[in-house]
Amino acid sequence: MSSATLDLNAKLELYRVQVALRQFEKRAYDLFLENYVKGTSHLSLGQEAIAAGFAAAMRPDDYTFATYRGHAHTLARGVPMTPVLAELMGRTNGLMAGKGGSMHLTSVEHGVMGSYAIIGAHLPIACGAAWSAQYRGTDQVAVCFFGDGSTNIGAFHEALNFAAIWKLPVVFVCENNLWMEYTRTTEITAVPNPAADRASAYGLESIIVDGNDVDAVYDVAVTAIARARAGEGPSMIEALTYRHGGHSRADPGKYRPDEEVAEWLKKDPIPMYHARLLAEGATEEQLVEIELSVAAEVERATEEAKAGPTPGADLLMKDVWADGGSAWRN
Amino acid sequence: MAQLTFREAIARGIAQEMRRDETVLAIGEDIGAAGGVFKGTVGLFEEFGPVRVRDTPISEQAILGAAMGAAMTGLRPIAEIMFSDFFAVCWDIVVNEIAKSRYMTNGQMTFPLVIRSGNGGGLRFGAQHSQSVENWAMMVPGLKVVVPSNALDVIGLMAAAVRDPDPVIFLEAKALYASKMEVPDGEIVDTLGTAKVLRQGADATLVALGAMVPKALKAAEELAGAGIDCTVVDVRSLVPLDTTTILREVSATGRLFTVEENPRLCGWGGELSSIVSEEIFYDLDGPIVRITTPHIPLPAADALEDMAIPSVERIVATVTQSMNG
Repeated sequence: MSSATLDLNAKLELYRVQVALRQFEKRAYDLFLENYVKGTSHLSLGQEAIAAGFAAAMRPDDYTFATYRGHAHTLARGVPMTPVLAELMGRTNGLMAGKGGSMHLTSVEHGVMGSYAIIGAHLPIACGAAWSAQYRGTDQVAVCFFGDGSTNIGAFHEALNFAAIWKLPVVFVCENNLWMEYTRTTEITAVPNPAADRASAYGLESIIVDGNDVDAVYDVAVTAIARARAGEGPSMIEALTYRHGGHSRADPGKYRPDEEVAEWLKKDPIPMYHARLLAEGATEEQLVEIELSVAAEVERATEEAKAGPTPGADLLMKDVWADGGSAWRN
Repeated sequence: MAQLTFREAIARGIAQEMRRDETVLAIGEDIGAAGGVFKGTVGLFEEFGPVRVRDTPISEQAILGAAMGAAMTGLRPIAEIMFSDFFAVCWDIVVNEIAKSRYMTNGQMTFPLVIRSGNGGGLRFGAQHSQSVENWAMMVPGLKVVVPSNALDVIGLMAAAVRDPDPVIFLEAKALYASKMEVPDGEIVDTLGTAKVLRQGADATLVALGAMVPKALKAAEELAGAGIDCTVVDVRSLVPLDTTTILREVSATGRLFTVEENPRLCGWGGELSSIVSEEIFYDLDGPIVRITTPHIPLPAADALEDMAIPSVERIVATVTQSMNG
């Protein structure tokens, strides 16, 4: 499916964003192996089209709510690579000066209202931001991304009902990558499509989109966001996709059948889009130029992040409270 | 001046802030037309309407998630969790999301919100609707915790909580909802993090919170009759904690008795004992004594519940025995 609403330049930009997300995540992985990135991390390799398609359909003042698999959603809203990579590396030039880490990327100035690492918790919080937009009359929309695993926790159901009864301007996006951590989602879920099959319980339309087709994602995002902005209430979209790697840094993903992985690698969103753009009139030179310029950006960000100082004790006790401090007694 | 009950003071405190600032909204189960199950929000729905005073489903995570999302985007919500025991079903939103997000984001976000909740026992509701959970909230970095003990403080501390830029857990002692006092007319604004000395004595200092404050005062009267002259300090705010006032009053008498409704282990008095021991140990003339609910779930039967929660008699007996011992 090819978007009817985007011209070639806009599509080249969608290509650029996806390539940027891909190359960034690959670099993040390499930096793990070199021990520059500590702790854990959850990569979006293979899932880039969802982040890119939605971000392109959002207004700059719209809100993104992401999960611990949130590098892609943060970058797609226009946050530069350097502070994101520096955050992963625990440097003061990180997005949160190293205090949040990979799983909590936040950039309020870009509308990225947090990445949440407790499954499902951010769905009700996205409802709150949407409620606020509704009350303030700003026409802003909250877009909330979550994985298939989130659909079986209580907060998901509370949030869906809440959004429906208050007709909140929120779009719920389930990135269904078929695996709830190490377990096949259909084995632990009562319905085949964990989000779409639950939509009717909350009076919502069941929407499934090919999450590896950025044009299709963009189109469905435009419709859902317009509906939310017009005061017609929430939508829930299930985007089918596949993560190329394991759940997290420590997981090689060996529980997945080789044939399944091979099948989904054939549906890799980036080569597919590359081919489509060539068919629609882009030149190979244009696409290579994009890939090279992204590669240079990743190199630059890597060097800038590595050059960032490690945080000192001055940051440790800061910003528990709005006064900038952490005092709990006088 | 007007005679006001504790529950009426809650509505008055909220109304005072809602009139002043249209970003202040109230949400919770049954808080609208019904006026709240404890009648703590009577009149708000009629004055401010269904957009600003909003009923919710029984969805505590959704209620607090909504408050958090609204606070991070410029509003000042006041959310109600009907019984503080129910914090257990939405504690993730409180502890992992609201309390941590300002720090994790290096100060990018603020959460000017208030979570009100009916707290503690005395109403014979049984173990799942009676626990005093102030110690749950106190131990979480990033939460302010306020527990008023009378109608005047309810109004003033509610105003302070709403105006504060940080998340405040506002615990309303259910046993006090019907209590009354004279309250002045006009705007009342108090200060978070300030304890109040309600009575000054020379022999011992009773430090109490919430529903234990009137009991400590009553006990102090009886103890005075028996020749033990007590200071009574109302803590009012567990976080921030007014250690200046408390340490001063404990130093002055050389004896500390805490009166706590929370179950024994990790009650706020344990922390206070630690601070006193570390900082004014040599001012003490005797052991620190904690008077608490035992470490049990609260029973429903009135006879049993009355045995569990510190009573005036138990305070008097404990203080007398310790002072004479």
